[in-house]
Amino acid sequence: MLRSSRWTGGLPRYLEEIRVEIREYAVKCGLDFFPTFFEVLNYDQMNEIAAYGGFPTRYPHWRHGMEYDKLRKSSTYGLSKIYELVINNDPCTAYLLEGNSTVDQKLVMAHVYAHCDFFKNNQWFAHTNRHMIDEMANHAARIRRYMNRFGVEKVERFLDLCLSIDNLIDIHNPPLVRPDRADRDDEMDDTLGPGDVPKLTAKPYMESYINPPEFIEEQKERLREESIQDASFPSRPQRDVMEFLMTHAPLKQWQRSVLEIVREEAYYFAPQGQTKIMNEGWATYWHSRIMTEKALNASEIVDYADHASMVTATSGKQLNPYKMGVELFRHIVMCWDKGRYGKAWDDCDDMDARCAWDTGNGLGMEKIFQIRRTHNDITFIDEFLTHEFVREQKMFAFGYNPRHRRYEIESRQFEEVKQQLLSQLTNMGQPPITVVDANGSNRGELVLEHDHRGIDLDPAYTREVLTNLYEFWKRAVSIGTKADGEHIIATFDGSEFKEEKFGE
Amino acid sequence: MNLKIHQDHARFRQIVKGRIRKELRRFISSGELIGKEGDKLVSIPLPQIDIPRFRFGDRSKGGVGQGEGEPGDPLSQGEQDGSSEGEAGDQEGQHILEVDVSIEELAEILGEELELPNLEDKGKDRLVSTRDRYVGIRRVGPESLRHFKRTFREALKRQIAAGIYDPKRPMIIPIRDDKRYRSWKTESVFEANALIIYMMDVSGSMGEEQKQMVRIESFWIDAWLSTQYQGLEKRYIIHDATAREVDRDTFFHTRESGGTMISSAYKLCAEIIDREYPEQDWNVYPFHFSDGDNWSTDDTRLSLDILENRLVPVSNMFCYGQVHSPYGSGQFIKDLVAHFPDEEKIVTSEIPDREGIADSIKTFLGKGR
Repeated sequence: MLRSSRWTGGLPRYLEEIRVEIREYAVKCGLDFFPTFFEVLNYDQMNEIAAYGGFPTRYPHWRHGMEYDKLRKSSTYGLSKIYELVINNDPCTAYLLEGNSTVDQKLVMAHVYAHCDFFKNNQWFAHTNRHMIDEMANHAARIRRYMNRFGVEKVERFLDLCLSIDNLIDIHNPPLVRPDRADRDDEMDDTLGPGDVPKLTAKPYMESYINPPEFIEEQKERLREESIQDASFPSRPQRDVMEFLMTHAPLKQWQRSVLEIVREEAYYFAPQGQTKIMNEGWATYWHSRIMTEKALNASEIVDYADHASMVTATSGKQLNPYKMGVELFRHIVMCWDKGRYGKAWDDCDDMDARCAWDTGNGLGMEKIFQIRRTHNDITFIDEFLTHEFVREQKMFAFGYNPRHRRYEIESRQFEEVKQQLLSQLTNMGQPPITVVDANGSNRGELVLEHDHRGIDLDPAYTREVLTNLYEFWKRAVSIGTKADGEHIIATFDGSEFKEEKFGE
Repeated sequence: MNLKIHQDHARFRQIVKGRIRKELRRFISSGELIGKEGDKLVSIPLPQIDIPRFRFGDRSKGGVGQGEGEPGDPLSQGEQDGSSEGEAGDQEGQHILEVDVSIEELAEILGEELELPNLEDKGKDRLVSTRDRYVGIRRVGPESLRHFKRTFREALKRQIAAGIYDPKRPMIIPIRDDKRYRSWKTESVFEANALIIYMMDVSGSMGEEQKQMVRIESFWIDAWLSTQYQGLEKRYIIHDATAREVDRDTFFHTRESGGTMISSAYKLCAEIIDREYPEQDWNVYPFHFSDGDNWSTDDTRLSLDILENRLVPVSNMFCYGQVHSPYGSGQFIKDLVAHFPDEEKIVTSEIPDREGIADSIKTFLGKGR
């Protein structure tokens, strides 16, 4: 009917008004973000987008369908609801759920602007592609093209292989220079196999002139020599197993390209894993300040408090990154405002003096803005987790007690809690694995090493991944690790598994 | 609405079905799915459908939490197993994904995997009743079915568009074109026309394992027959020396002891059919499970007599499944086969152990009657 006049741009007018208001508050708070677009989605669309990791277009893969299945089920049963989704992109895109109450939409917008600020300013995001929405769509187009050309099953199977190693990247050494893909993509023949020499296309009768056989032979010889040299790689252990396979595994051109796509996306998502606590803490800190100090009407207070308490609820085993992050930020603000840091503070043993400590320093704001620029979760926890904080937040370390066959609280000691937390965050909770030798047993076998720091690998999964790695490498693949305190080397040679033990 | 994700979702479902098909025999013999069925859906646990990655073993990994409690206290129950993704496993490294599959899909997979033919109906899916349902709106109809709200809204729309609506004096007068009426569709309802009667020997010689086997087998038979008939009625009879009709739950959980008189069950079964299910209207499937250890040869003779004269004539087929039990003689199946050497309607099958269930189902349902 008369509906169209109520819409301004992408948002209905009442939301647009809220957005302008919230944006203003966010700017006043000192947040600095990319231009941000909001879009309102219904449940189904929200679940779709969430299944695609926030992106409107991704390459087709059943894993997205599985994710969608889960999300749809849990939202149908009311177990979970996605309030907010935001993409690290310039301009930033964020999604609002249709039918949420106004107070929820306010909260989400404030939250999103803080996320955006974090994406833009945190150094760990510096390497990410800020046009990832376009890039993802390009990836999708490329994968679809390969599927049309080589068959859906074949490409999907290869994607499965790539995804099964997408945690084997070097998150501390992101690829700053990305290889220029244009020439490779369009001019090279996707069907080229390892050891094949690229040829110029020629009519059959011209073939021997345009691609003289002597020249081709010469090139083949050169490639063979190069590959023998390659076999002594790597000179140092390499964390980026994906990159290593991209360069050295005998892959067809299209496979290399698919592997590159998966790797690029893995690097893009990595910083979000590395800064989960900080990022959510930062967003929660700012939405709560914007909401309680500025944006809330008196009538919205109760709803806000209700929802905010859900977001920051804690339950024993799962550490809530929103809660952890926001409390730590608040703690830091308090400490730097009152001057509770530095040598004088650390040396003070007088409890009364400590409780009353306030130098009127007032540097809290400056400090957290600085932290959000330079830190990731590990350095954040390492530097700012304090005795007081662990005690106040009732944090504990837990572990599995095989004797009682249950999880138990192990300790409330500051050092142990911190240690546990840090080891949990190290490498985003993924086992650190490197390529140490690409010419194992002098037979070109691929040798990986798991840097064992007290936690064993899951044996069933290890086998599956070794099988997949064999598909890349086409020769035996092995991994050195520890199981139950003993050094072991697990090998898959294409037909069977072997596990050798080497004692302590 | 057509979402891009539907394509990925369909692909995922296809993979799930393929996985179920591959593991079907294991599901059948383990009885894992019993008790997981809801009204229309069965939730099937599938291991490792996710992408494998190098990962830490679950048990050796600890974590950090927040809350009350002293060192040594266990975490509360809900936190013991399963992470937030709803994955739980009883063994290290076995991450289980629960997938909902409709009973029809499951039966379809069963049918394809065991190569079951569709059943021959006796040709009696008569139209039993029709029902009217109001499903839509149309512009003509009797005044008694006028849809007031819709009519009002149309009139309001028209008046606003024509500029004769006055908010200060909101008077809405519908004209003929504004009127909307409920419209209906006549649906035909097929009445339930297949009957399964499960009879189980619960005498002392039938152990828990034997009953579990019966339970598993009847679950799958249920699933298959449900897809073959619009409506399916199920009746349950247990017997030792006497027979009585029970509900489904009791059927699967009772443990009786005592002698065995198979004839008592057959007699009751025949009575139920005679009384409630006229032969010409119903496809009747009696299933009898026993360890084959009848009390006396006299009773066996009586049983065979009832079978021949009262049950076989009214049934599509009569299925006798004999589970192996360490206590039973297993004589009954031999008597049955000897007595009816050429009766096509009688199907017998021996179920030595759980592995044999799938084959037994195939024997029973593979005839296609």
